[in-house]
Amino acid sequence: MGLTHQSTGLGAMKEMFQVQLNSPNDLVIALAGNPNTGKSTVFNTLTGLNQHTGNWPGKTVTNAQGKYTHNGKDYILVDLPGTYSLLANSLEEEVARDFICFGRPDATVVVTDATSLERNLNMVLQVMEITDNVVVCVNLLDEARRKNIRVDLPKLSKLLGVPVIGTNARVGLGLKELQDAVYSVASGEVKTNPIEIRYDEIIEELVRMLEPNIRESIKDKTKSRWVALRLIEGDSTILDSLKNYLGTDIREDNAISAMLTRVEQYLDQRQIGKDELRDRIVTGIIKFTEEIREKTVFFENQQYNQLDRKIDNILTSRLFGIPIMITLLGLVFWITIQGANYPSQVLAMGLFWMEERLTDFFVWAGWADWLHGALVLGMYRTLAWVVAVMLPPMAIFFPLFTILEDLGYLPRVAFNLDNFFKKACAHGKQALTMCMGFGCNAAGVIACRIIDSPRERLIATITNNFVPCNGRFPTLIALATIFIAGTAGKYQSLIAALTIVGIIVLGVVITLIVSRVLSKTILKGLPSSFTLELPPYRKPQVGRIILHSIYDRTLFVLARAAMVAAPAGLIIWILANVHVGEVSLIQYGANILDPFASCLGLDGFILMAFILGFPANEIVIPILIMTYMSTGHMIELDNLEALRELFISNGWTWLTAVCTMLFCLNHFPCGTTMLTIYKETQSKKWPLIAFLVPTITGMVLCFLVAQTARFLGLV
Amino acid sequence: MESLIPLHHLSPGSFGKVRKLTAQGNERRRMLDLGLIYDTKVESLRKSPSGDPVAYEIRGAVIALRSEEASQILVELLGTDR
Repeated sequence: MGLTHQSTGLGAMKEMFQVQLNSPNDLVIALAGNPNTGKSTVFNTLTGLNQHTGNWPGKTVTNAQGKYTHNGKDYILVDLPGTYSLLANSLEEEVARDFICFGRPDATVVVTDATSLERNLNMVLQVMEITDNVVVCVNLLDEARRKNIRVDLPKLSKLLGVPVIGTNARVGLGLKELQDAVYSVASGEVKTNPIEIRYDEIIEELVRMLEPNIRESIKDKTKSRWVALRLIEGDSTILDSLKNYLGTDIREDNAISAMLTRVEQYLDQRQIGKDELRDRIVTGIIKFTEEIREKTVFFENQQYNQLDRKIDNILTSRLFGIPIMITLLGLVFWITIQGANYPSQVLAMGLFWMEERLTDFFVWAGWADWLHGALVLGMYRTLAWVVAVMLPPMAIFFPLFTILEDLGYLPRVAFNLDNFFKKACAHGKQALTMCMGFGCNAAGVIACRIIDSPRERLIATITNNFVPCNGRFPTLIALATIFIAGTAGKYQSLIAALTIVGIIVLGVVITLIVSRVLSKTILKGLPSSFTLELPPYRKPQVGRIILHSIYDRTLFVLARAAMVAAPAGLIIWILANVHVGEVSLIQYGANILDPFASCLGLDGFILMAFILGFPANEIVIPILIMTYMSTGHMIELDNLEALRELFISNGWTWLTAVCTMLFCLNHFPCGTTMLTIYKETQSKKWPLIAFLVPTITGMVLCFLVAQTARFLGLV
Repeated sequence: MESLIPLHHLSPGSFGKVRKLTAQGNERRRMLDLGLIYDTKVESLRKSPSGDPVAYEIRGAVIALRSEEASQILVELLGTDR
C-alpha cells in the first residue's frame, strides 16, 4: 500500500503538505474534529513527545505532526485544525478539507465529543463525503457517563458504515482499540461502507446532472459526488484546490462549464438563490445528524447539564461574574508570588554558589580577568538571575493558568467581557488572546488566529502587548513588592498581588481604549459577527496539566529567555566595561537619554535598560542592576531589600517605580513578538504600528503621571 | 400563524423555534453551521453581566451570540416549558 504513493506520484502530494515520511511504508493518518473534543489529547497521548509543529505551507494555520508505532508499523499523525465544518468558511476549514481530500491520508480519524455528539456528527458526515477511510473516535466517554448520556457505539458504527471507537483519551482508555481500527482501515483490511447524505430532490437532481462529467474529468482521484456538491453551492475555493493539487482546471473543461450553466438556469427557473441553496444543503446534513443522534444517543437524565448551568449562573452572573474573575486573577498572582519566594531564594543561592566555584576555577586556571568578567560576571550571572527569578513563578503560574483553561473557564471570561470589546469595536475572543498574552505575547499574537475577521484580528494583534507577559511580571512583581507594598509587613505579598491586578486592569482598560481608537482611525469598520461556544466544564487532569505546562510552556519560555539572556549578558557586560574617557559605553548612552527620560519620570539608565532589553523583557532588571553598579557587573541579589537599597541610592522615589511599572506595561513588544507579528501579518507595516502604538502610549502616560506628580509637589 | 420575534427578545429560560434567518452570505453560513436551521429549538440561557451577549442552547451546545447576530434569527415563542 505504502509503496503506491511513489508510483502514483502521490508522494509529491505529501510533500506539498510537508508530511515528513521516514519510509514509503509509513501510514499517514489525519486527525480531524471539532474544537474542545479532546482532539489534542488524543494527538498528544498517541504521539507523546515525537511531534513537531509548524505552519501549513503558505498559511497562518498551525500544522502539527507526530509519529507513533503500533504493532511494528510506523504512523505519521497529522493534527488538522479543529473546525465545526468543512464547508470552507474559514482558512482552517479550507486547510482541513484540502488535506483530507488532496493530502490522501491513509485514514482519517474524526474525534467527537460524546456529550454533544449531534453537533460533532456534522463533521463526521462531511468527512465521509470526502473519503471512505474514516474511523470515528467518540471521546470523553467519562464525561458522558457523568451526565448519564449513553451512546450506542455498535449501532452508530452500523449506521455510519465506518468503525466507531469509544475512548477516554485523558486516561488512555480505548486508544489501543483506536489504533487497531486505524490500522485495519488504513491497510485496507477492513472495507468501510460509509453512509451517504441524501439531500432534497432538487439538490440530488443537480448532482445527477453534474456528476458524470466531473467523474470523467477527475477520474477517481477524489469523490465526484462531493466535488459536484461543492460546485453546485458555488464554492470557488474548491476549483483552486483541484487545480493546485490535482492539476485539473475544471474551469477549462467545456462539458462541465456547459453543465454548470444549465445548473444555473435550472436554479433561476425555480428562483433558488445561492443562500437558499446552501440552506438546503446544510439542512440536509443537519437533519441527517438529527436522525442518527435520535437512534444512538440516549439522555437518561434530562437534567444532565444542570450542574454546568448552576456554575455558569455564578461565574457569569450580573453581580458576581466580573468580581469573581478579578478575584481569581488576584488569587493566581498571589499564589505565584507567595509560592515563588522561597524556591527563588534557594535557586539563587545554588546558582551563585556555582558562580563562586566557576570563579575559583578561573583563578586556578590563571585566566585573564576580562575573560572571567565577560563569561562569569556577564554571561553566567545574567543567566543565573533570569533562571532564579523566572523559573519558580512560571512553574507555578503556568499550571494554575492551564487549570483554568482546562476547566473551561476562559471562554466564560470572553463571555463576561464581550460587551466591553463590542463597545471598542473589537472581538470578544480578543479576551482569550489576551489571556494567552499573560504567558507570552508572541503566543498571544499567534492565538489571534482564532479571530476570523482580519480587521479585528489586527486590533487584537497590535494591542496584545498591553497585557504584561511572563517576562515582564518579574519586573512588575519586584517593583510592586519593594516600592508599593514595602512597608506592609505580613500583608506584603497580598498588596503586591493587588497591585499587579490593578496594573492588569489598567492594561485591559488601555487595550479597550486603544482598540477603539484603532477602529475609528486606521482600522475602520463595524464589528463582525460574533459566536462563542461555552464548552461544558470539565474536571482538569491536574497531574497531566503540571507535566504538560511545565514541559510545553515553562521550559519553552525559559529556554528562549536563557538563549537571549546569555549573549545579552555578554554584550551588556562589554558595554558596561568598555570606557570612553571616564565613562562606560552604557553610561554614555544613559547620559544622552537622561534629560528625555526624566521628563517621563524615569532616568537614562532605566530607559537604556528597556532599550537593551528588546531581545527579551526578562533582562531589563538585570541590566539595570548591572549599570547601577559601578563595578560594571551585577551584584549578588539574594533578597529584594538589597535591590531596594540599590535603587534608592540611585535616586529612585515611588514615582520612579510607578513610571517604570507603567513603562514596563506600555512599551514596544520584545524581539520575538515583533518577529511573530511580522510572520502573522506578512507585512512590515503592522509590526511597525505594533511597535509605535504601545511605545507612544507609554511615553504619554509616564509623562502625564510624572509631570502631574511633580506639579502637585507629591515628590 | 404566530408572530415571530428576534432571538434576542427571547427572555432567559424560554424556548423558541427557528423560523427564519434574515442574515445573508457568510454570516448566514456561520449560523447554519451552528445548526440553526428551520424548526430548530433554541433556549435562551442567560445574559452576560452587561446584558449582551446572551448564551443560548443550540442542539446541545451553549453558544453566545451578540444582539446584532441574534436579531437576525427570527423565532416562534414556545413558552418556558419544554
